[in-house]
Amino acid sequence: MRGQDDTLVRFRGVEKSYDGQRYAVRHLDLDIARGEFLTLLGPSGSGKTTTLMMLAGFEQPTAGEILLDGRPIARLPPHKRGIGVVFQSYALFPHMSVAENVAFPLSVRGVARSEQARRVERALDMVRLPDLGARRPSQLSGGQQQRVALARALVFEPPLVLLDEPLGALDKQLREEMQLEIRHIHERLGVTMVYVTHDQAEALTMSDRIAVFRDGAIRQLDTPQALYERPTDAFVAGFVGENNRIAGTVAERDEDMTAIALGGGRRLWARQADAGGPGSPALLSVRPERIAVAAGSADDLGENALPATVAEVIYLGDHVRLRLALEGGVEITAKRPAAAAMAGLAPGAQVAVAWQPEHAVAFAPGD
Amino acid sequence: MAHVAAIETGKAAAALARRARRAGYGQKVSAALLVLPLLLFVLVAFAAPIGAMLKRGVEDREVAPVLPRTIGALSGWSGTALPDEPVFAALVEDLREARAAGTLPSAASRLNHDQAGLRTTLIGSARRLAAPFEGPAREAVLRADPAWGQLETWGALARARGPWTDFFLLAALDLKRDAAGTIRAVAEEQAVFRTVFGRTFWIAAMVTAITLVLAYPLAALIALSRPAVASALLFAVLLPFWTSLLVRTAAWMVLLAREGVANHALVALGLFGAPQQLLFNRFAVVVAMVHILLPFMVLPLYAVMRQIPPIHLRAASSLGAHPVSAFRRVWLPQTLPGIGAGCLMVFIQALGFYITPALLGGGADQMLPYFIGFYANQTVNWGMAASLSLLLLAATLLIVGLYGQLVGFGAVRTS
Repeated sequence: MRGQDDTLVRFRGVEKSYDGQRYAVRHLDLDIARGEFLTLLGPSGSGKTTTLMMLAGFEQPTAGEILLDGRPIARLPPHKRGIGVVFQSYALFPHMSVAENVAFPLSVRGVARSEQARRVERALDMVRLPDLGARRPSQLSGGQQQRVALARALVFEPPLVLLDEPLGALDKQLREEMQLEIRHIHERLGVTMVYVTHDQAEALTMSDRIAVFRDGAIRQLDTPQALYERPTDAFVAGFVGENNRIAGTVAERDEDMTAIALGGGRRLWARQADAGGPGSPALLSVRPERIAVAAGSADDLGENALPATVAEVIYLGDHVRLRLALEGGVEITAKRPAAAAMAGLAPGAQVAVAWQPEHAVAFAPGD
Repeated sequence: MAHVAAIETGKAAAALARRARRAGYGQKVSAALLVLPLLLFVLVAFAAPIGAMLKRGVEDREVAPVLPRTIGALSGWSGTALPDEPVFAALVEDLREARAAGTLPSAASRLNHDQAGLRTTLIGSARRLAAPFEGPAREAVLRADPAWGQLETWGALARARGPWTDFFLLAALDLKRDAAGTIRAVAEEQAVFRTVFGRTFWIAAMVTAITLVLAYPLAALIALSRPAVASALLFAVLLPFWTSLLVRTAAWMVLLAREGVANHALVALGLFGAPQQLLFNRFAVVVAMVHILLPFMVLPLYAVMRQIPPIHLRAASSLGAHPVSAFRRVWLPQTLPGIGAGCLMVFIQALGFYITPALLGGGADQMLPYFIGFYANQTVNWGMAASLSLLLLAATLLIVGLYGQLVGFGAVRTS
């Protein structure tokens, strides 16, 4: 690998339109590093699956180019790209046994039979299905079928594996188990994986980097932590993790902090993201777990505090969620550890809420 | 205590089972009532007539009531030499009685099916022997018609003794018993049915193969099209069902006639110098049968193909399979049940095609159903018509059974 470019895949100005009127993907520039786990995250119709399908070769870009290992692949048909793909519907071949399914990519490549058997066994071991080779796919559970699909996409040792919402059809517990398993396989094999999902928790769990898609473009490309802590716009903040939004007007700006004026003459400071200049409308966003709640008057807590009324207390075992009504009727949610003293936080109680200015972000409203 | 509890539980379980059985019984009764009208209809209008018809293939009751004494006297006959005087005497008596009663013609025509000329022999002899004569019956009978001096004449009589016979079934296979009862092949110039069976199966197989080749890509196109396009194409496939079989066959007569559309087009295109004979040959039969049977191949293929997720082809190519190999190894194997069902449906229907070959085919190139129709309608030889039908039915059932063994009837889901 020494001396080789660290970038495995490059999208350069890639565009895709199915009907010639609307863009499925508009001007995509994206570098995927060798060995990384990149997740394309976004709501349905945001272009993430189209991006994946263009990389697999099932869709052709209408403009721009895609480079794999430095070579343009526009004219390379899917079967010559050597990219493993795992589909949401598994796409196992029902007329073949599990072992025949996994052996399929080897047999079309003319690998000797004894070698095929050895590698199929190893691949099934890797996905922890060592004894099911003789079964038909229809005799397996959903989770087992997806493991077989994974083994089949990995058995021919592709440098790049694409996963298109592979866990979408599984129940929650199985999904969480498979997330970690895929993550561990990725670490062990060092293969590059591009993963498509609309589940932000899944993206946070699994990825080295996450690209958040909206309307055919990447809104933010960052590590999970950066994405969660420092979203660059209101959409990303809303899509990744929970957040509270409070509308106001920009009152004052310094280098990286913005003061937002709310009704009733109150002002809150927040980290500047993409809010406009003084006088323009803005959204203040704050995560529920960053909100401190205290009995008493807001005026005692200083500048970044607001008075609120407890609307509802929801006990969830490890934590408590509080629905709080601010002045002017805006509702926010706060998340507190259940162990913390919650005395006096019955519905109707007058409380004060506050947070560190650097835990709040100021966005331009928009979406 | 525990023992008592177990007994109690046992009783409760038995009661529960009884209640479940009773509830299940009610369901079965109502299900049976729902299909009862259809069941009766099928029995009365379908199973019974077919059974009665097929019975005629092995039944032989036309000669024995007319010539009872002769048949009785022949019962111990060896078939190696002419029968003795009592048999001749019985024949004379039977012939006189039958002539007087007017029952001779039906027996005569049955014997004529066995051996051409026996009708004349029987009716002529009856007339000549009607008057009293002197001397042994044997000489008088031989005087009346020398055919009575041949073993085969008596063999035909013995074979027709009834009430059951394998005569028609053997005849349908170009076989015959001689006077001594040994099964032999019939003379070569009389052997037709094996050729007809062979031809029928060959034409049906050819039609099935051509239909499959034409229907497969069409079904694939429909299965892979967008829903709107697919339903339009499917509608086009089903459109021919709106016109009768006879009309479609007649349309081919118009198309393929010497002065027809096809000939004009071929001459206009310069492919032929002069109009060709396109009608009244096997070509016309096969073309029309393929056209008529195509939907029966397209529909089961389509039913199976649309069950195959299109993503399978993508998966195969992402795994490194060339499109041709992806088709051969992933798609084609999954369509096999549809191929089996379509071929079965087309082949069996083709075996039974009557109108189309009769109207479009050559006189010397007819299929089995034509001969069944011929015997039933023209020579009124029900035994022959029935035994040919029986063999055709048996061959069909054999093929269906073979299909069940090889493919399985559960393979095609239509939902």
